[in-house]
Amino acid sequence: MPSKKPLFPPATPLNPRLCGLIIGASSGMGAALARRLAREGYALALVARRKKMLAALCDEINQTSGETRALPYVHDVTEYDAVPNLLRRIVSDLGGLDAVIYAAGVNFPPGPGNYNFDGDRQMLEVNLIGAFAWLNPIAEMFQSAKRGQIVGISSVAGDRGRVGNPGYNASKAGLTTYLEALRNRLTRHGVNVLTVKPGFVETEMLKAAQGPTPFKITPEKAADDIYKAMRARKQQIYTPWFWKWAMLIIRNIPSIVFRRMNF
Amino acid sequence: MFSFNRFTSLENFGHSLRAPAYVFKPKCAEEIAEAFQLAKNTGLTVTARGAGRSYNDASLNGGGIVLDMSGMNKIINWDPVTGQVRAEPGVTLQQLWQHVEPQGWWPPVVSGTMFTTLGGCLAANIHGKNNFKMGPIGEHVLEFAAILPTGAEVTCSPKKNADLFYAMISGLGMLGIFTSITMQMKRVESGLLEVHAWPVHDLREHLSFLFDNAPNYDYIVGWMDTMNGGKSLGRGQIHAANYLHGNEDPNPQKTMQLQNQILPPRIFGVFPKSILYLFMKPFANNLGWRGVNTAKYIASLRQHTFRQSHAAFHFLLDYVPNWELAYGRGGLIQYQSFLPKETAEAAWTEILRLSLKRGLPSYLGVTKRHRPDKFLLTHAVDGFSLALDFKVTNDNRAKLSTMLQDFDRIVLDAGGRFYFAKNSETAPETATRFLGAETIAKFKRLKKRCDPNGILESDLYRRVFGEL
Repeated sequence: MPSKKPLFPPATPLNPRLCGLIIGASSGMGAALARRLAREGYALALVARRKKMLAALCDEINQTSGETRALPYVHDVTEYDAVPNLLRRIVSDLGGLDAVIYAAGVNFPPGPGNYNFDGDRQMLEVNLIGAFAWLNPIAEMFQSAKRGQIVGISSVAGDRGRVGNPGYNASKAGLTTYLEALRNRLTRHGVNVLTVKPGFVETEMLKAAQGPTPFKITPEKAADDIYKAMRARKQQIYTPWFWKWAMLIIRNIPSIVFRRMNF
Repeated sequence: MFSFNRFTSLENFGHSLRAPAYVFKPKCAEEIAEAFQLAKNTGLTVTARGAGRSYNDASLNGGGIVLDMSGMNKIINWDPVTGQVRAEPGVTLQQLWQHVEPQGWWPPVVSGTMFTTLGGCLAANIHGKNNFKMGPIGEHVLEFAAILPTGAEVTCSPKKNADLFYAMISGLGMLGIFTSITMQMKRVESGLLEVHAWPVHDLREHLSFLFDNAPNYDYIVGWMDTMNGGKSLGRGQIHAANYLHGNEDPNPQKTMQLQNQILPPRIFGVFPKSILYLFMKPFANNLGWRGVNTAKYIASLRQHTFRQSHAAFHFLLDYVPNWELAYGRGGLIQYQSFLPKETAEAAWTEILRLSLKRGLPSYLGVTKRHRPDKFLLTHAVDGFSLALDFKVTNDNRAKLSTMLQDFDRIVLDAGGRFYFAKNSETAPETATRFLGAETIAKFKRLKKRCDPNGILESDLYRRVFGEL
């Protein structure tokens, strides 16, 4: 008989724990959120493509915590068909599921005036279709259990289509709308859906970005904002906060002006 | 078939623990076998859940499959001449007693709530207020049928497959799942019990009263004021009851009728009990509850005798519906220890003093008299048990956890045992110490034989036996 040692320290009434799943956890905001949630006592399943980085992150978290708080699951979010089995295994390993963060995202700027179908397709596959693959079954579970929290890392880039990166804008606009639809489906079942719209965050992705990147914040600052919004069960946040007002203006720039801008 | 929309949030009885699982509701043994097959195909584990009345994680299986056994709730056969009943495991004690009582029978062993299922009662091997006389429920099981994770169906009795009989009863549902249970009911000549109540003024008197009087009664139980210390530590009230015989009850046909047994839904015929717990809530803090305990003790100082229906005497926990919700968001945990009669007084003195000193008093203390039994994972001793309820809050968790570890050490040093349906924090080392390495090895050997692929697992099993 395979006597199964619990993967995480057992949860008891006096040692309760929340279970979290982060998809796209190996770097950037995903990694920062993993560190943050582990510090808050979550048991975490960390999903990412890059095995070495993921293993190093789990080791770091578990050593800092002094007990197992994070387990690695190597997976490419574009392997859609693998998701249901992996999700089932993760929930079984965690012993439950309270919060899910979809942080997987790529950015391939085509360069000014260029078009790049391969890049656009990859962005859509990772940033949006991967979210469908993961969050559809999770939404089904949470709706059935009448509890849970879904967090999607979208972007201010989804608020308007701009000259620089049509594919990225479209993928994030799609994600924002998808999350809104999930929220409208799930709130009535006791499930919280949080859309996060970061501005410029100092991650690997930002290095690829072209043009100015003002008001940069660290991934840790973003993770802090996101965790606080999760606790408050908010619907949507911008991080840092002033993007809320900046985007309010940008969203309302009339097309006749916007299409003449190089922003 | 597996589907994510079977994901259901499940809790323990005290609402202090939550673990979601994919819930299936089998109607027959074949559907249990299908669930085993599904588990094998998906790599998930299976736990059977009766009424979910365990105070801990016995019927939880976070992220796995949980079989809601309430769909198998038929009384298959009842013989009012011999008092033998054959029932499916999802039959509740409520169904059972209401079925047999009007014809002059009563379940020989019942829990403090009638909502438990027979399957759950056997898996935990429950005891009642007559444990010193009648033993646990397992001693009244004539035979049971069960399905093992291998798909094999077995029939067990004290004579047939005796090793499985004594291990599956008390086995926490980890060897197989009961599909039918045959039990012997106890003949009663009246629907009433004669109940005597006495005050006891300290722990020594409390325990010696239980010890001296148990032989003279069919049932005995103590309430302990656990919020007042000093010289009156362990004070409380003892209730002892006897069946009525012969013509002691002038009209037994009437007292055995169901309408004379059912707990009234309203107090004084007016106040609905379903909302009573809301009125308890404001008192569910250290100060308020100390007042309640003191008042209850003063009220109990009067020694008196009265007659009470079986249901009213036994199912104290059902008297205030949803009483456990009065403990608030953090819920409650129960800590029950079983101590030999020689060491009980000293150990509980230490435990009660410790809880008062640390400002973490128990809100309810219940004592019983016990005797040992032959079941494999037994919790019984020749002595007493004390069940303590603690309120859980975000602020007291860490302190309470440390204190219960201290309690465990005191109980183990005094040769005590624990009950798997109650305590939620028992560590593997603690279980090894009170069960003994040999018992655990035997349990594991049976587990390997009945469940070679490790399909039956609960959160409790992983917590206590996972590493052993």
